[in-house]
Amino acid sequence: MSVESATTYRVIYPRVRRRRPPLVRWYRRNERVVLGLGGLAAFVVLWQVLSGAGVVDPLFFGSPQGVFQAGVREVQIPRFWNDVRYSLTEVTVGFLASLVLAVPLGLAIGWYRRVSFAFDPWLNFLNAIPRPALIPLVVLWVGLGIEMKTIIVFLGGFFSIILPTVEGVRTVDQQLLDVAHSFRASQRRLFTSVVIPATVPFIAAGVRLALGRLLIGVVVAELYAQTEGIGVLIERAADVLDGNRMLFGVLLFTLMGVLTTEAAGRVERHFQRWRPSANLDLEEGT
Amino acid sequence: MANTDLALSARGVRMEYRDRSSDTRLVAIEAMDLDVADREFVSLLGPSGCGKSTFLKIVNGLLKATAGEIRLRRNGKGREDAMVFQDAALFPWYSVLDNVAYGLVCAGVKNDEARKRAAPLVELVGLQGFEAKYPYQLSGGMQQRANLARALAVDAPILLMDEPFASLDAQTREVMQAELLRIWNAAQKTVVFVTHQIEEAVYLSDRVIVMSARPGRILADIEIELPRPRALELKRSAQFTAYADQIWKLLASQHAPAAPVGQA
Repeated sequence: MSVESATTYRVIYPRVRRRRPPLVRWYRRNERVVLGLGGLAAFVVLWQVLSGAGVVDPLFFGSPQGVFQAGVREVQIPRFWNDVRYSLTEVTVGFLASLVLAVPLGLAIGWYRRVSFAFDPWLNFLNAIPRPALIPLVVLWVGLGIEMKTIIVFLGGFFSIILPTVEGVRTVDQQLLDVAHSFRASQRRLFTSVVIPATVPFIAAGVRLALGRLLIGVVVAELYAQTEGIGVLIERAADVLDGNRMLFGVLLFTLMGVLTTEAAGRVERHFQRWRPSANLDLEEGT
Repeated sequence: MANTDLALSARGVRMEYRDRSSDTRLVAIEAMDLDVADREFVSLLGPSGCGKSTFLKIVNGLLKATAGEIRLRRNGKGREDAMVFQDAALFPWYSVLDNVAYGLVCAGVKNDEARKRAAPLVELVGLQGFEAKYPYQLSGGMQQRANLARALAVDAPILLMDEPFASLDAQTREVMQAELLRIWNAAQKTVVFVTHQIEEAVYLSDRVIVMSARPGRILADIEIELPRPRALELKRSAQFTAYADQIWKLLASQHAPAAPVGQA
């Protein structure tokens, strides 16, 4: 190659890694949290400022401070705790009942062809019913009390869990079933060693879906029944045009949603340690 | 060969499938006779669709034959045969040790005891230190080692191996072939090994059973008289190449000659 050659080259250099100041490095590591919480904080501050300045009407839109004060007032009233207790009971009992019934039934429908022939039409038919349409009917059967609301919650959870469970069983890897058969696994072991572990991710997806749906169920049922619960708290606040108290109620439901989803996520990760994706940490440029 | 020395004996094994779309019957295996001596290493070699894996599944009891009979020499202690699966087929939710112990647990051995008995086999296949890992944390070759150990753990005298190295890269495959011979020698097993690779069959086997495309039947039964232990260099020897050529020609003769253009 001669030095005078007219050929030119585009040169690709390695990445230059500069050592950045500690504060910048700390920020880079926690960027996700900082931006996430920072955005939330900015919103709250903006909201407070705008309502203080009268740009948004605190009567309808409340203010962060107002919501906080409404919360402080509420937690001192026994009736509030009664409402919370009702809502929590409805959600807990309804969810557990749907899990306990949907998982075994889903496993059976997915595994035994005859059970699926018998139940498939029911599943499809009942799942097609918009759950809130059943509320007046359930009220007719069991009244306006906690039973009705629990049943509505249960129905929301049940179908969200059973359909993915059935799907999970039906898509179990045939080769793994062969392995179990090859080693003469009992029917019981076939379930515990292959069918159930393979279905867990599907059940988990169903549970996540169920948590969202059953919170909708509890709100709709409580607003309809007007007996007890956080939904009623919101409704009572609405009757007296108390925006802050309404938002406080909404915040409680949100909190329930966030906490249950987080808890479900933890349980899910525990059961799926064997999955590569469950162990992936989001790591960037540290 | 005296009959008492046979580990496995198949007579007139036939397998038909019903093709649902055309409602015709497909013959996967026509009529298979096979004798395998105790501690013999026999390969079933043939193109895909020749029924070699199907035959293995029939021996293992995963499939029922349409006709014929298979005899496995009884093992007073337990199972006669154990299967080494294609694509490893490990349970992704079990650790390596629990995967290897699986057959024992299925046989009614308590978990702790099964793990204790599985440990030496993990070592035999060279996976010590990986007992607690999950399958996704292993390379393809290591997964196959665990697959092999799982079959060895139930201590069945006959190993049925269904193209266990088919999905490995060429280098890993060679390593695993040499490893298999070492383990076969240490564990003193009878092996029926299914493959579509000529070289692999010749290198590993005492006998290569060459099968035709569907319907599967035996084309030839070739004794491989290469000395043991066999080093990988043996694959470069003239003797080895001669066996490989012989089998290659046999299989090539099976392809229907293409019809000359213009002569309908």
